[in-house]
Amino acid sequence: MSATADPTAIFLSEAQELMEQLEAALLDLERSPEDRAVVDTAFRALHTIKGSGAMFGFDALARFTHLVETAFDQVRKGALSVSPALVGVTLRAADHMRGLLERPAEVDAAAGEIILAELKQTTGIATSGAASHAPAAEEAEGPATYRVRFRLPANALEMGNNPALLLDELRALGECTVAALTDPVPPLEEIEPSSCYLAWDVVLTTEQPRSAIEAVFIFVIDDMELAIERVREDPQRLGELLVERGDATPEAVNAALSRQDPVGALLVKAGDVTADRVASALAEQDHVRKVGAGAQSAAPKGADSMRVPAERLDSLMDGVGELVIAQARLKQLAGASDNLQMKSVAEEIERLAAGLRDIIMGIRMVPIGSLFGRFRRLVRDLSQDLGKDIALHTAGEETELDKTVIDRLADPIVHLIRNAADHGLEDAAERIAAGKPPQGQVRLSAVHSGSQVLITIGDDGKGLDRARIRAKAEAEGLIEPGAKLGDGELLQMIFQPGLSTAKQVTNLSGRGVGMDVVKRTIEALRGTVEIASTPGQGTEVTLRLPLTLAIIDGLLVRVGEGRYVIPLAAVEECVELSEAEDGRSKGRSILNVRGDLVPFLRLRDLFATGTPPDPYQKVVIVASGDLRVGLVVDQVIGDHQTVIKSLSKLHADVENFSGATILGDGSVALILDVARLISFGQTREDELKTA
Amino acid sequence: MVKTILSVDDSASMRQMVRLTLSGAGYQVIEAADGREGLSKAQANTVHMVVTDLNMPNMDGLELIRALRGEPAYKGVPIIFLTTESDEAKKKEAKSAGATGWITKPFQQDQLLAVVKKVLGA
Repeated sequence: MSATADPTAIFLSEAQELMEQLEAALLDLERSPEDRAVVDTAFRALHTIKGSGAMFGFDALARFTHLVETAFDQVRKGALSVSPALVGVTLRAADHMRGLLERPAEVDAAAGEIILAELKQTTGIATSGAASHAPAAEEAEGPATYRVRFRLPANALEMGNNPALLLDELRALGECTVAALTDPVPPLEEIEPSSCYLAWDVVLTTEQPRSAIEAVFIFVIDDMELAIERVREDPQRLGELLVERGDATPEAVNAALSRQDPVGALLVKAGDVTADRVASALAEQDHVRKVGAGAQSAAPKGADSMRVPAERLDSLMDGVGELVIAQARLKQLAGASDNLQMKSVAEEIERLAAGLRDIIMGIRMVPIGSLFGRFRRLVRDLSQDLGKDIALHTAGEETELDKTVIDRLADPIVHLIRNAADHGLEDAAERIAAGKPPQGQVRLSAVHSGSQVLITIGDDGKGLDRARIRAKAEAEGLIEPGAKLGDGELLQMIFQPGLSTAKQVTNLSGRGVGMDVVKRTIEALRGTVEIASTPGQGTEVTLRLPLTLAIIDGLLVRVGEGRYVIPLAAVEECVELSEAEDGRSKGRSILNVRGDLVPFLRLRDLFATGTPPDPYQKVVIVASGDLRVGLVVDQVIGDHQTVIKSLSKLHADVENFSGATILGDGSVALILDVARLISFGQTREDELKTA
Repeated sequence: MVKTILSVDDSASMRQMVRLTLSGAGYQVIEAADGREGLSKAQANTVHMVVTDLNMPNMDGLELIRALRGEPAYKGVPIIFLTTESDEAKKKEAKSAGATGWITKPFQQDQLLAVVKKVLGA
C-alpha cells in the first residue's frame, strides 16, 4: 500500500475482503452456531464496514450495516442465539450491503427495508431509523460568566490527561481567571509524584454555552469533581462571594466583618477558609469587575461605526483649532499672573485641549488602502491601452493619513502610476531583451516615518534617461548648455513645467504637464517629492507628506519684531551663530556643523528687517530629504501648537510662507515654507559657488 | 519536535485515513494492524500518543491499553480509542483499562485533529 493511494480504493478492496469474511463466517455459523470466534469475526466485519463506510462517504451502507450490526451485537453478547433464520436473513443483508458497496446508485432502498423488517422479526430488535448522534445545536446566549471548579481524578496524569491543556482549552473559550487550590496537596512525605492533587477555580466569561465548558472535560467528566455555576455579573463583596461559593459560613463572615481588618485575612486567620480559597474568590471578584468594565467600554463598539458628513468634522476641527488658540492665550495670561489656581486651571485646559486635538485628528485619519483600491482598475486599464503586461503591488494599505490629504493625493498618484506604466516600463520584447520577466511591476507602498507618511511609487522599468532630460532642459533653456549638475538636480528637472522626455505624446502622458503639477500639489500639502532612478532597473518616486494639515507642532521663533513658526518635524537642531563664525562666513553663508557644511539664510535679510539684530543670533537647522539649511533668527521662543490658517487669496502667491497661525496674544505668526526655503538656500549657495 | 502517533487498527482504510489526517498536520505516524503489533511497535519506538481501535483480532484494543499502561514508559501517554457507537459500557471499560479518551466513528478529519490537539497540546 502506498501512502498516495486513493483511500476510497483501499476502502473498497478492504470492504470486499470483509464481505467475504462476513459471508464465510455466516456460512460457518450455519454449521456451528455456538462458535464464539466465528461470531466475533462476523461482528468485527460488520463493525468495520460500518465505521469505514461512513468515513468514506458510503452513508447508506453505514446506516444499513449499523442496524445489522446492532442485531449481531445481541448474538455476540449471548442475548440472542444463532438460528438458521438469522443466518439466512443476514446473508441476504450481506448481499444488499454488497450492492450498496458496488453500485450504490442502483440499489433499491425498499429492498433494504424489507430485509431490515425481516431481521426485526427474527431478532425482535427494533431496526428502524438509526438514532442521530448529533445533538441539536445549542443556541449561544451571549456572554455569560461561569465559575468552573474542578478537581481531576488522582490518576488523571497517568491516564494521559494534562491539566494545563484543559486550562488552555478553557482560556480559548473566553476571558479566564485561573486560581489553583493547593490545600488538597498532602505533606511532602505523603506525596505520590504521579498523582494529581491540585484543584482549580476558573472564572470564565464566554459566549459559548455551558455545554462547551463541559465538552472540555469530556474525557474525564465521569470521574472528576466538576461544578459549573453561572456567576452574578455585578461585583459582590468578598464575604458574600465566599458564602455563595460555599467556602465560608455566613456566621464566620459576619464574625469577621465585625472586626476591622480585610475580611479575607480575618477568615484565613480564624481558620475558617484557606488562603487559596480567599485568593480564588478575590480573583473571581476581579474578573467580574473587569468583564463589567469591558462590557461598558465595549458598548460603543457594539454600535459599530457611523457616517458623518466630512464638513461636520471640518467644523469640529475648526472649533478645536479655536480652542487651542484660546488655550494658548490663557496659558500666556496664566504665565504672567501670580494666581496659582488660575495656573492650575490653565494647565488642565492645556491637557484637555491637547487630548481633544488628538481625538479629532484620529477621527480624521483614514487608511490609505481606500485610495490604493482605485488604482487596481487604473493599472488594468493602462495595461490594456498600452499593450503591456503590468502587475500592481501594494503595501501598507493600513497606513493612516488625514482624509483631506488622501483626497488630494489621488491625482498626483494617478500621474505617477501613468508615468511608470507608460515611460518607465518597457514593452515585453524590450524587457525580455534586457533579461527581465515580460511582466512589468509597479509598486505602490505607504509607510509611517515619524510625523510623516512616505508614499512610494516604483517600477522596474528602464529608468530615467538622463541624457535626454539634459538635452531637453538645455533646449528649454532651463539650464545652460554643459552646466554642471548633480544627479539629483538633473532628476529634479523633470518637475520643471514643459519638460517631457517621452518620445511621442501619448494619450496618457508625455505632454509635459504632470510632474510639475504633481510637485506643486504635494508641496501644497506641505509635502516633498523625491525621485531616484537606476538606469535599467527602474524609477522610484517618494512622496513625503505630513500626517495632517490642520494642527502641527511648530517651533516659534522671532526675527526682528515678527514671529514665525517653523514646522517642528522639519527642525533638526538649533545652534548658536557665534560672532566669529558670523564674521568668517559673511561672504558665503556657510556654517560648519560638526564637520558638515550647511548653507544658511539670514531671515533678517530675507524679510528686510529694520530693527537692530540681537547680539546672539540663533540658527535653526531644518531638513527636507537629504538637503539641509540653517535659518538665522533672533530668538528661539519655543514649541507651539500651531493651528494652520491658510493665507488669503491675496497672499496665496507669497513665497516662503505656507500659512499663518494665531498666537496666544492674538497676533499673527507666519508659518515658514521649509521646502521652499531649503531649495532657495541651496540655489543661492550654488549661485555663490559658481559665481 | 515532531510528535509520533501510533495508529492501531485492523482496517487498512482506517489506518490510511488516520495517517493522511495526522501526517498532513505534521505528525509522524506509525501503523500497526492489531494490538499485538501495536504493543511491540510501542515498545520499540518513542510514541507520544496512541490512537487504537477496540475491535481487532489477536489482541484487542482493551488488552492493548492495559498492556501499555503496564509499561512505565506509557504511563501518562494519551491513548485514544475509536468506537463506532456511543456505547457507554464499552467506553467505561476502555477508560478503566486506562484510556485517555475516545473518538466516535465515523469522524471527520478535523474531529480527529481536534482530539489529538486536545490531549497532546498544540
